[in-house]
Amino acid sequence: MTLFDLIFIGVVVFILFNFVLGSVLAVIYAERKVLARFQQRVGPSRTGPFGMFQTLADAVKLLLKEDMKPASVDRFVFYLAPLLLFTPIFMLWVALPLSDGFVLSDLNLGLFYVVAILGLSIVGMVLAGWSSNNKYALLGGARSAAQLISYELPLILSVLSVGILAQLNTDRPFNLDAIVDAQGAVPYIAVMPLAFLLFFVGTLAETARIPFDIPLAEEEIVGGPLVEYSGIRWGVFFLTEYAGLMTMAVLGAILFLGGWTGPGSDRFAWLQPFWLGAKVSLIVFIVFWIRAPLPRLRIDQLMAFAWKVAIPLSFLNLLLVASTLFYGWDLWVLTLLNLAVIAVAVYGMRWRRGRRLSQFRQRWAQ
Amino acid sequence: MAATEVEITRDGLDRAEMNINMGPQHPATHGVFRMVLTLDGELVTDVEPHIGYLHRGSERLSEDENYQQIITLFDRLDYIANFNNEWVYVRAVEKIINAEVPERAEYLRVILSELNRIASHFLFYGTYGLDTGAMNPVMIGFRERERIQALFEAVSGARMMHNYFRIGGLKDDVPDGFVPATRVLLDQLKAGYDEAKNTLTESEVFIERTAGVGAISGEQALDFGVSGPVLRASGIDYDVRKNFPYSVYPELDFTVPVGKHGDCYDRYMVRMLEIEQSLSIIEQALDKLPEGPIQSRVPRIIRPEAGDVYVNGENPRGDLGVYIVSVGHHATPYRLKIRGPSFCNLMALATMMRGSYIADATVILGSLDIVLGEVDR
Repeated sequence: MTLFDLIFIGVVVFILFNFVLGSVLAVIYAERKVLARFQQRVGPSRTGPFGMFQTLADAVKLLLKEDMKPASVDRFVFYLAPLLLFTPIFMLWVALPLSDGFVLSDLNLGLFYVVAILGLSIVGMVLAGWSSNNKYALLGGARSAAQLISYELPLILSVLSVGILAQLNTDRPFNLDAIVDAQGAVPYIAVMPLAFLLFFVGTLAETARIPFDIPLAEEEIVGGPLVEYSGIRWGVFFLTEYAGLMTMAVLGAILFLGGWTGPGSDRFAWLQPFWLGAKVSLIVFIVFWIRAPLPRLRIDQLMAFAWKVAIPLSFLNLLLVASTLFYGWDLWVLTLLNLAVIAVAVYGMRWRRGRRLSQFRQRWAQ
Repeated sequence: MAATEVEITRDGLDRAEMNINMGPQHPATHGVFRMVLTLDGELVTDVEPHIGYLHRGSERLSEDENYQQIITLFDRLDYIANFNNEWVYVRAVEKIINAEVPERAEYLRVILSELNRIASHFLFYGTYGLDTGAMNPVMIGFRERERIQALFEAVSGARMMHNYFRIGGLKDDVPDGFVPATRVLLDQLKAGYDEAKNTLTESEVFIERTAGVGAISGEQALDFGVSGPVLRASGIDYDVRKNFPYSVYPELDFTVPVGKHGDCYDRYMVRMLEIEQSLSIIEQALDKLPEGPIQSRVPRIIRPEAGDVYVNGENPRGDLGVYIVSVGHHATPYRLKIRGPSFCNLMALATMMRGSYIADATVILGSLDIVLGEVDR
């Protein structure tokens, strides 16, 4: 490796880092604005045009704050934990293509790489909880370990089904670039809506968003693993949370929404990042939307949903995709099967909800 | 060959209970309440409440104040329902000196107190949404409460510490246009109430979080001296406005919502239905509001005969009682004792909480809707 290579890597990492951080600041600003609109508020409006620099100002404030460390923490691990959380998210971006061929490292097994690296970030949360020597943090760390491991399964299984299906149209089914090409005109959300739903639920849980933000649960364990962190170390946790959301949204757009393809993207290559951005924004917006009205689930309900609903469904989904390939069914058969499973699942949930609601209506019939 | 049976036990595991201190600096303890939870993993095995962080000695202070001055202390007891507190106190003094209250003043007191009950329940609605983790309810709840407080400010000059009820009447008559303004407010509140109902009442996640959580039976609730919505949620039909009618409540038509299961959802629902009832009470009271004086003649310095009096009233949080002992011809009470509904409701906390999850701890505490100003006094 020559000196030039090193400098080149440095420059690339610098650009990547700033790109991700910049987009994370934008996402945080967007969340504040979107949530505010959902709640008849204005949101940030003072710093810069339309309050756009508010998150930047907050980040600067966090940078300038004193780096506090309580006396009783395990110092080495306490300092290590934010890095362990932070690094995997940026490692993911190495393999995520933003348009056709525009990727730092075009890995043949990009999908496996992404899934493997995703699992790493749990370590940071658990270590942060453990090293803080605080009971709230410990509870949060244990919760995040339980939750993230449980929801890793439906997430991985649904991602795996994409890889299996992509074999139809490409000989590199685990390459993210090839997956987008393999989708062609019909994105995989139309072929496998069930897999997308499972992926979406997994994303919510993986990024600890409401209604699955149990590891952080401000009203119960006051922020969980983050409770002893302050200043920029806390900021790193916060940025990582949103960077994780962004990353998962990009992954979801690539795997299920057809990535950067869209009207005109073949003729004008410069349109591709915009198409991807639009699809990512859609996913991120839905995540914000879900956050506004919903309460938080309890840990036992969350685990029950993972193990009783999400994981069986994701195995069923895998089975359906595998059968489609094995028996050579047309793709619309798979779509129909998927829709049937969703219909049954939704009907089951609605039936349960209806039964419960009618109980409550009877309870309050005057 | 017989199948070998494997018995799974937890004996080999190293298990320890953990004490965790919630509060007084905790976002979900509704003020400066502190509870020490004993945890077995995520389960709460025991809870020890600690109170007194907001103790201001209101009862003792009352012994050094004139009867009229004590009204301000009652404003600061349950600072979410100021009018209701003032009302119970002035009724106690009116009873001990046998003062008349003009009818207009009575109706205005009903209107203001019921509005205050709605404001209190909307605040509960918002904070309860937060306790379960939802963000929207607090915005709706505070928006509606703000409207009510704007009216209160127009009437009394203050958003919270009104000091508006007087012994034998009111400080001033309400400003011009009070009645139409209140009618407009009622329409707004009805719309806000519907929005609030749509956001939480039928939300499945909310039902999951609250139904069956922290349930106590009616007998248990009575044993603890619980009152108000918490008692009614357990199926006991007790409302001071109905059981010991006071003021002009007998002339107003309203029902008392009663729950069945005594869980957090029923407590929530009782409060929501009480908002409906209060709206109807205010409408009727506005229709019947007579013209006339708002203050009867009472001595400038009140020196009651020797004796004691106990008066209670239905506060948003329950049965607030005031006990006054007078030694005779003295400008200050000899002893003033307050029976705070929040304080008494809090007694049932440990029973409700044992065996629930940590996440339920804040939900149960929130469902009691305590105000620390009145718990600690």
